[in-house]
Amino acid sequence: MSADQKIVIIGAGQAGGQAAVSLRQAGFEGTITMVGDEPAPPYQRPPLSKAYLKGKLDRERLFLKPLQFYEDSNITLQTGVSAQKIDRAAKTVALSDGETLDYDTLIIATGSRPRALPLPGAESSNVFDLRTLSDIDVLKPNVQEGRRLLIVGAGYIGLEAAAAARELGLEVTVLEMADRVLARVTSPVMSEFYEKLHETHGVTIKTGAMLAELQTQDGAVTAGVLKSGDVIPCDLVLVGIGILPNEEIASEAGIACKNGILVDRDARTNDPSVYAIGDCAHRPLVHYGRDGRLESVHNAIEQGKIVAAHIMDAKRPVEDVPWFWSDQYDVKLQIAGLSQDYDEAVVRGEPTTNSFAVFYFRSGRLISVDAVNAPAEFLTAKRLIAANADISPELVVDQTKTMKDILAEAMAGQK
Amino acid sequence: MVKIIYADHSGTEREVDANIGESVMEAAVRNNIPGIDADCGGACACATCHVYVDPEFLPKTGEQEAMEQSMLDFADGVQENSRLSCQISVSAELEGMKVTTPESQH
Repeated sequence: MSADQKIVIIGAGQAGGQAAVSLRQAGFEGTITMVGDEPAPPYQRPPLSKAYLKGKLDRERLFLKPLQFYEDSNITLQTGVSAQKIDRAAKTVALSDGETLDYDTLIIATGSRPRALPLPGAESSNVFDLRTLSDIDVLKPNVQEGRRLLIVGAGYIGLEAAAAARELGLEVTVLEMADRVLARVTSPVMSEFYEKLHETHGVTIKTGAMLAELQTQDGAVTAGVLKSGDVIPCDLVLVGIGILPNEEIASEAGIACKNGILVDRDARTNDPSVYAIGDCAHRPLVHYGRDGRLESVHNAIEQGKIVAAHIMDAKRPVEDVPWFWSDQYDVKLQIAGLSQDYDEAVVRGEPTTNSFAVFYFRSGRLISVDAVNAPAEFLTAKRLIAANADISPELVVDQTKTMKDILAEAMAGQK
Repeated sequence: MVKIIYADHSGTEREVDANIGESVMEAAVRNNIPGIDADCGGACACATCHVYVDPEFLPKTGEQEAMEQSMLDFADGVQENSRLSCQISVSAELEGMKVTTPESQH
């Protein structure tokens, strides 16, 4: 890579920020211009629905790097500006402020956006998303003790917000269309655990609940009306019904997309000069023999490193087993691997003790674990999945053996 | 400001001015210290900020909680003086402390 090479990064989130950092760490000497539509420099999103919402973390501590870092590292960071159009023939990106950037290499790290609630009233002043720092900054003054919060969607984001809001003294109701919370992402055992956890903390959870209407007055929602006819009065509404990849800028430029921008193991799109990383990328999942889109910090960081390595002709970092975490109340959930399409689930430990793990198998192979206050189970499973180890459901639930014993036994079987 | 010294496995040392109240991990990330990735941002969820603490300072770094202990149990190259740097809060007592990053994190 010569020093006159120009790299443009569209998106200044966790993935884009990591790519810029990793490129400089790897000795890239050309220009790096990173364009982000949010006003803030790259920052961590996970604490937004947790410590930051609770007021336990200062804004600056969310930033991946202090602003000075970008100046010192000769990374041009343009915030509050969005990329409008990619011209692949001319190798340019048109920005919302009228400027046009030339690139030799383009990295698309546009992330994702919250799915909007498809109901009249969803644009009201007291309906909030939980995606960006600005979302939380707007929401925060409304989060006050005694207020009635209606959360639409019982995914991880919605449930984390419910936990934070309860700790701040709000009355919380969570609506979920499916017949259990976290239905899209985990097993019935886990759903039941989280339903009980939230109910114990005073959250009202309504599953199988279809929101039919939002009642408004003076531009603010005053109640949610369910298809069943139930009316839930509220002072504010949080929407957490999933996210959509920001792939349009790529698809409009003729880059192949399918639920995300299609990339290979090196994060390259079908245009060799264009890469895509993070939430917006649809990537090979090497541990599972299929492709998919991951919505996680691990993925953003990993692909940021992968793209830098490929541009710098360095060895591709080893792809980690996908992992996730969620903090709610005093419960830490750590997830290793992807449990979709499991055919057998076994539980190690007892959910009533607040410390247990669910191991998921497909065709006799361990594919994932949900570990609740169980870091040993999490870390062991992560290693076993990475090694594609031969391990039986009977062994993982054997509590006469420690996870270390189980790891050793399974790994010995590998040799 | 509290001076913290970060050494990598080869012995190269970098000195950083850390703020009281931030974690030893945050001071490292802010100052671009290699070998402390801290993927989870300090949630004690990933064990990518593992360090060896100068034994003299170890008692001043505070108690390990059960979560940190378990995470360390499974980290590579664990020693008696291993800590997750996201779980050490910078205090005046830590002035001049040296922490070393394990080879596996480079």
